[in-house]
Amino acid sequence: MRKKDSIVFHRPPSVLAWAAVGGKKEAEGPLGNQLDAATEDNTLGETSWETAESDLQRRAVQLVLQKAATGLAGVDLIFAGDLQAQCTASAYTMRALDVPFAGLYGACSTMAESLGMAACFCAAGMAGKAMALTSSHFCTAERQFRTPLNYGGKRTPTAQWTATAAGCCLLGAAGNGPRVNAVTFGRVRDYQVNDINNMGAAMAPAAAQTLLNHMQAVGTTPAQYDSIYTGDLGQVGSALLCEILEREGMPLPNHRDCGLMLYDRQSQQVKAGGSGCGCSAAVLCAHILPGLAAGREKRVLFAATGALMSQTLFLQGESIPGIAHCVELASPESL
Amino acid sequence: MEKGTSPRPRSRNMRLTPGEYSRMVGRASPKSPLRRDVVWAFLVGGGICLLGEWLRKAFLAAGHTLGDAAALTSITLIGLSALCTALGWYQKLAAKAGAGTLVPITGFANAVVSQAIEFKVEGLVTGVGAKMFVIAGPVIVYGTMASWAWGLLYAALRAWG
Repeated sequence: MRKKDSIVFHRPPSVLAWAAVGGKKEAEGPLGNQLDAATEDNTLGETSWETAESDLQRRAVQLVLQKAATGLAGVDLIFAGDLQAQCTASAYTMRALDVPFAGLYGACSTMAESLGMAACFCAAGMAGKAMALTSSHFCTAERQFRTPLNYGGKRTPTAQWTATAAGCCLLGAAGNGPRVNAVTFGRVRDYQVNDINNMGAAMAPAAAQTLLNHMQAVGTTPAQYDSIYTGDLGQVGSALLCEILEREGMPLPNHRDCGLMLYDRQSQQVKAGGSGCGCSAAVLCAHILPGLAAGREKRVLFAATGALMSQTLFLQGESIPGIAHCVELASPESL
Repeated sequence: MEKGTSPRPRSRNMRLTPGEYSRMVGRASPKSPLRRDVVWAFLVGGGICLLGEWLRKAFLAAGHTLGDAAALTSITLIGLSALCTALGWYQKLAAKAGAGTLVPITGFANAVVSQAIEFKVEGLVTGVGAKMFVIAGPVIVYGTMASWAWGLLYAALRAWG
């Protein structure tokens, strides 16, 4: 049912299985032992970083299929995305998976976007089972968006660290897993932030707007959620989000940011925190969904944020458009 | 599910203006620790220059001419920088030293070699060859242009005075 910008499900679809795969640094972080698999070698035995990222995705898909004790034949559609130009990692992953594929790009918001799409398709009966899959790889992102790995550059304190990780969820119209109660696809917000080393600041207004829209449409307040997770705002963006919502009259006492959960900011040298599609995907699949399944949390919001910037337009002097998509998740027994 | 009714009521937009937000961003974003960065840059940059001077003295002592000693010093520093870049050490030092490793000739070598390593997988011509000077290229272009401009000015001053 449509309520303003939100889609509220009468019969909430269920997340049947999920898996998070991480790289070496992610495995050393606070959520390291909650990842389903981690790789010691970030090349994954491949000759290029790009193919290594596709391997990460493939591993996540395989783990999900194992957990759900199903094969690819049971999957009607995969929504997948990543940061590489033209959704490269996802498209090349799909070469080996014979399943209908719809590629998505929402920068670091792609996990919430794909999860929301998969939920809508399952709830509407357009797919029996649908998958949501995203990844990012530090090395592919660095060479595409920044400088070579061995270039002697210094990071600013507001910069974020692209996670080497992938997350995958399998959704179905019914099941015993955590439920997707509602989805809000976000509107682009651009508050004239020009600094590509301060993505958190570029995305915070979009996160605030989407959270406001979601809670207004669904008719809830922040206190009704055990946690409100945002994806990858980092230290700076998180502080800004809380300040914006305080000003808008909706303070967030239970806010947590995936970019601050995946790494130990002090000891792991990630400056303002983690980022990348894989960051929120890994936190969703390693922490949020297991918490809901185990009943540690009953009802949460997962709002992944993306900085939809282009290097071309950045060089032309344009500011960075931000987006955030929000998925409301609930534990299986909460209905 | 029922179909969305049109026109939908628009959600409330935030009161926040870009001007207000820009001030909030300024307050929320931590600044680079200038004092620590400057000390690191001074010590490491100075250290590299000291090494250069020591090399020059050693080449002079070995009987090379003044010009040859200078060229040999540059070549040695570039070689060392390339080696450290390939081993992944230069980037680790630069993460702390900043301008200290960027400004000396070793920083220039690092910019070229790191590109060459990174894009090797895309082929020797379209990868290494095409991408090698992406970072260092502008320095060469504007460095050469600046030397022309200075040369013309110098010639004009000589002719005039």
